[in-house]
Order: sequence, then structure tokens, then C-alpha cells
Amino acid sequence: MYFDIGGAVDTAVNYVLDNFTPALDGIAATIGFVTSGILSGLTSVPMPVGIAILVLLSLWRVGIGFAVFTGVALWLVQDMGLWGATMETLSLVIAATILAMVVGLPLGIAMAREDKVAAVVRPVLDLMQTMPAFVYLIPAAMFFGLGAVPGTIATVIFAMPPVVRLTNLGIRQVHAEFIEAGQAFGCTASQLLFKVQLPNALPSIMAGINQTIMLSLSMVVIASMIGAGGIGNTVLTGIQRLDVGTGFEGGLAVVILAVILDRLTQSLGKEAPGLRRFLAFKTAEKAAEEPRAVTSS
Amino acid sequence: MALLTETDVSAVPTSPKISLKSVFKVFGERPERALELFRSGKSKADVHRETGSSIGVSNASFDIQPGEIFVIMGLSGSGKSTLLRLLNRLIEPTSGAIEIDGHDVTKMSRAELIALRRREISMVFQSFALLPNRTVLNNAAFGLEVSGMGEAERRSRAMEALDAVGLAGYAESRPDQLSGGMKQRVGLARALANEPTILLMDEAFSALDPLIRTEMQDELVRLQGEKSRTIVFVSHDLDEAMRIGDRICIMQDGAVIQVGTPDEIVMQPANDYVRSFFRNVDVSHVFKAGDVARKTQVTIIERQGVSAAAALERMKHFDRDHAIILGRDKTYHGMVSQTSLVEKVRAKDPDPYRSAFLPDVEAISADEPLSNVLGRVAGSPWPVPVVDDRRRYVGSISKSALLETLDRAS
Repeated sequence: MYFDIGGAVDTAVNYVLDNFTPALDGIAATIGFVTSGILSGLTSVPMPVGIAILVLLSLWRVGIGFAVFTGVALWLVQDMGLWGATMETLSLVIAATILAMVVGLPLGIAMAREDKVAAVVRPVLDLMQTMPAFVYLIPAAMFFGLGAVPGTIATVIFAMPPVVRLTNLGIRQVHAEFIEAGQAFGCTASQLLFKVQLPNALPSIMAGINQTIMLSLSMVVIASMIGAGGIGNTVLTGIQRLDVGTGFEGGLAVVILAVILDRLTQSLGKEAPGLRRFLAFKTAEKAAEEPRAVTSS
Repeated sequence: MALLTETDVSAVPTSPKISLKSVFKVFGERPERALELFRSGKSKADVHRETGSSIGVSNASFDIQPGEIFVIMGLSGSGKSTLLRLLNRLIEPTSGAIEIDGHDVTKMSRAELIALRRREISMVFQSFALLPNRTVLNNAAFGLEVSGMGEAERRSRAMEALDAVGLAGYAESRPDQLSGGMKQRVGLARALANEPTILLMDEAFSALDPLIRTEMQDELVRLQGEKSRTIVFVSHDLDEAMRIGDRICIMQDGAVIQVGTPDEIVMQPANDYVRSFFRNVDVSHVFKAGDVARKTQVTIIERQGVSAAAALERMKHFDRDHAIILGRDKTYHGMVSQTSLVEKVRAKDPDPYRSAFLPDVEAISADEPLSNVLGRVAGSPWPVPVVDDRRRYVGSISKSALLETLDRAS
């Protein structure tokens, strides 16, 4: 017995192309609107201001050492002439991450609440993570044309699973006693979700978003093959012309962007270190005022 | 203590606040089948073997009067926490009726149940269950927030509740900055903030160290004196139950064994399980001689042709004055002392053990209640040997071991 799987997929792709073109165009227009909006927003910021903003963010969220790194690294990027390309890539990453969150967070919540949903979604996530990107790059280009839109969609397919998985896991791992407390005080199902489950799952969800961002960065070169642009183009040009130097410069810019985004998003799940130190100081002060605590610790 | 006692309650005829009527909870796949089997007289173990379901609470029926502190006591696994969670249906009962102010909780719709939990019933948890992402104030205001109260009002009500437990100064702290006792005060404030008529407390003070626990018990009694609520308190600590409980309900294996005032429970315990809970209770009725016997004495196996000098050497080595002489099949033969044995060995007695046996050392049966042997152990100058039904040596009871047992059990 022989199943013509490849033939069936061809037929399906052609069927979609023949019958759903208006819908595909609608999706493409929506995603295109988001990506180009983010891109024009990012490119409208003058380069020195952009660097200054990222350095200040690093200082606030992470610390002085990392702020110095951000400053030096970004100066290096603009010195290599890759600032514009980096902003293009950043806009692709942001757009892909937003899309992945819009789809992935509700999906993760649904998985956590319903075992049946989890059972269906889990193999799909496995497929998205392991299917070689080139396989869905071609139909993505066929459906949505060349450019940033199919690049974003291919990136979302590859990068979405972590946020879905970790949202599911985070909600499932919320301590049973918190759930019981929520129920005992009369939470409805949605109150339980928004007041108890999601806040307590937040560190896990943030880890998922962080991973999604990292995975979308790893897709930039592949996405540039269908015209997504950005630093991926630089790397691709380097490969095509066997120009190792150009390729390395592009690669270095990707790594720099990755490190900055990683540290910044990791810090979002926690309180800023400066702020935390300030709070600890206040508590210590309070304890000193009341040497005789109500109960021993 | 401004608490209602049993006599007060019965003097004022009131309808019960909470009334349980043959409530069952079965955990597992086929609860109806399990219940059917159990009602037909099968034991819990048999029901579990046949259906895979386990019976968490079986046939619980009792009333809780308004304003009383009702303590549910039992060992872990006796179903007391399950029973508590049936009252606000955090766990769904399998059958039976649970009436609160005459309304059957088991028949309530989801919406009615949520309204009941918001208005009437609050809960305090053993592990505190404070939400770590909220400040102390927002934790205390949680129930009010959930019930849709406006921010300004719920903050002031939560602040009052915090003030009542003495934590007003910590309103903006995070739960992880507080000690265990303070955390549970916040748990108490959260439960009191929406002014419930019923307070469910699940081993609320068990995670606290003894000093703080006593302090919290006093606090609870004080708060109860200021404004009376019906409190259902789960505990495994008898001391706690006696201190705060107006009435105590004792559970064993999911069944309610006895409900009564602390005095009733002490004076007329329903069975030995209940009795075993009590400090100063005569544990000698519960324990048997075999439970106390220990193999700390030197034992010597009597063999033909083996010199008694070796036995003497062993007694000296272990620094024991006495030794138990056994047969090859471990049966008890008798007991010798170093002095009696040395005498016979010196006299070159042909059967040194037999003639060295101490007089009047009669072995006790392992099944004998400890109360029956207290006098013998106390009166004997040496440890008293214990044997099983086939006269095999089980161990011996020394005076110090006996005292230790009685002390530990109290």
C-alpha cells in the first residue's frame, strides 16, 4: 500500500491558493501593517537616540556593567554600517514575538485548562519545532508573496512553541493551595485565571517569551532567503559571495542583538535590581524601628 | 474565655449553623458502586480492592451550632481536611446533605456557591496560601476584590482586618518578608475581611512553632470574643483542640467516632483510639506487654557441653547483671544473674544454668495489657522477660523502659 503524502500536500496547497486567496491577502495585509508599522517606528528614531534608549534600558533593568556593554556593542554595530539592518531585524523579531504571544498565550492557557486541548496541541508544537524551516518557507512564500510578511510567519511558526509550552507549564505548576485559596474566596473561573494563575505563572511565561525571542533571532538568516531583509541579508550575501568578513560582521550583529534582548527580557520577570535594593532597605529600616516584632521569625 | 460552652448552646434552642446528614466522599472512578459496596457492609479495604475507589469520609452526620468553635480532630489520613473542604465544596461530596443556615450546599448552583463563599464562608490554610505577587494589604483584600468591592472601600476594610490582627504596619510588605506567624495573621485577616459567618481553618496553626501556635490560638479566641463566628477548626493536636474547642469531633478512617465537649471526650471516650489521644490517659490499657518489651538483655542459648564461663564473659563484656537463658528454638528457659551463675560455676555444678535460675521470674505473655503487669515490673528487682504464645522470648521490660513508654505516650 502506498500513500501519496507529498501529492496530497501539493493538492492541499493548490486548493488553498485557488480558493482562499482573499483570506491570505487579508492576513498578509494585517501582518504587513504590523511589521511595517514597527519598522517605520524603529527607523524613525535617529541612531544615537536609539543607542541611548537601549543603554538606559540596560542601566535600569540590569545594571551599570551591562549598560556599558550595550553602549560599546551598539557602537560597534553602527560602525560596521549595520544599524539599519539591525533595526529591520529587530522589527521582524518584535512583530514575530507579538504574533507568537497573541496566538501562543491563549493557546497555552487553553492547554492548561483542558487536557484534551493539550493532547492535540502538543504534537503540533513538536512538528513546528522540528520540521525543517525550508519546508514551510516555500508554501509561506507561495501564500503570502516575498518580503517581510512570509518571513514573519515562518519565524512565528518556528518560534512560537516555547511561549505556548511554558504558559501551559507555568499555569499547571501554580501551587494547589493558591488555587484552593482562590476558590475558597469565591473566584469565578476567569478571576481565578487572571488573579491567581497568570500572576503566579508569570516567571514561567516570561521565560517562554524570552525563548521565543531567541528562536526568532535564530531564524533571521533563513527568513532573509524569502526577502525578509535585515541582518540576515548581510549574512546571506557573505555566504553567497564567500565573503567571510561580511558574513562574520552580520553574525556578530545578530549575536549582539540576541544578548541585549535576552538580558532585557529576562529582567522583565523580576523587579529591577535598583528598585529591589531600595525596597530591601526600606524593610530593614522598618524592622529597626520595631525591634520587638509581633511574632518571632 | 467568652466562648459558648455546650451547656450554653443547649440552653438557647437555636437551629444549627451547619448540619451534616450522612455525608460520604468517595475518591475514584466509580463512586456510586463503591458506596453501594460499602453500604452493603464491605470494609474500606475491600471496597478499594474491588473498585479502586477510596472512601475519604463515610457517613458523617453532626450539627455545628452558631458561634461555637468546632474542632475536627484525627490522625493524618483520617479524612478531617476532606470533611472541612466538603463544607464549602472545594471537594464535591458524593452523597448526603450539608446544610448551612438550612440551605443544602450540595444542591447549590455554581453561582449560588460562589456567592456563599464570598459572603458566608472564609478559609485559613495550613500553608498560609498568601499570593506572593500581592502586598499584605492586597492579600487581605483578596476576598473583597473578588466579590467586586470598590478599591477605596476594600482597602479600608482590609486595613481594619490587618489592624485587628496587629499587622497594620506591614500593609505594604510582601508575604515573603514576614515570619510564619505573621503570614498566618495575614491569612486570618484575609479570612475575616469579608466578615464571614463561618470560618474554616485547616490545620491553620500546625506549621507554626509551639510558642507562636499558642499565641495564635489566644488571638483566635480573642477575635472570637470580639465578634462571634462559627469556626470549624481542623487539627491533629489535642492540646490545641482542648484549648480552643467548644466541641471536638474525632475522626478515624473517614468516620466520625465521637462528637462532644472536651470534658465528655476525656471522661467518656468512645473507644481506645479516642482515648489514645489524651494526655495523662492511662496508656497502659492501650499498650500490650509485647509493645514495650525490648531485646536489650544479653541472651544465652543453652547448649549441651558449652561452658557457662563463656556466658559469664559475655555478661561482663556487655556490662549486664542479668542474662536470659534460651533454648535452641528460642523458647524462654529462665533468667540468671552474674552472682548466681558465678556461684554455680565455681561450685562446678553439672547443670550451672538450671541451678542458677533466679527464683520467681515468671515470663509475661506478650498479649497481656500493660496495666496488668505494671505491678510486677515495678516490684521486680530485675527486668521481666516477655514471651509470645509459643513461649518464645520476645524481649524484656525494664523499669526504665516502662517509664519511658508511659512518658512518651502522654
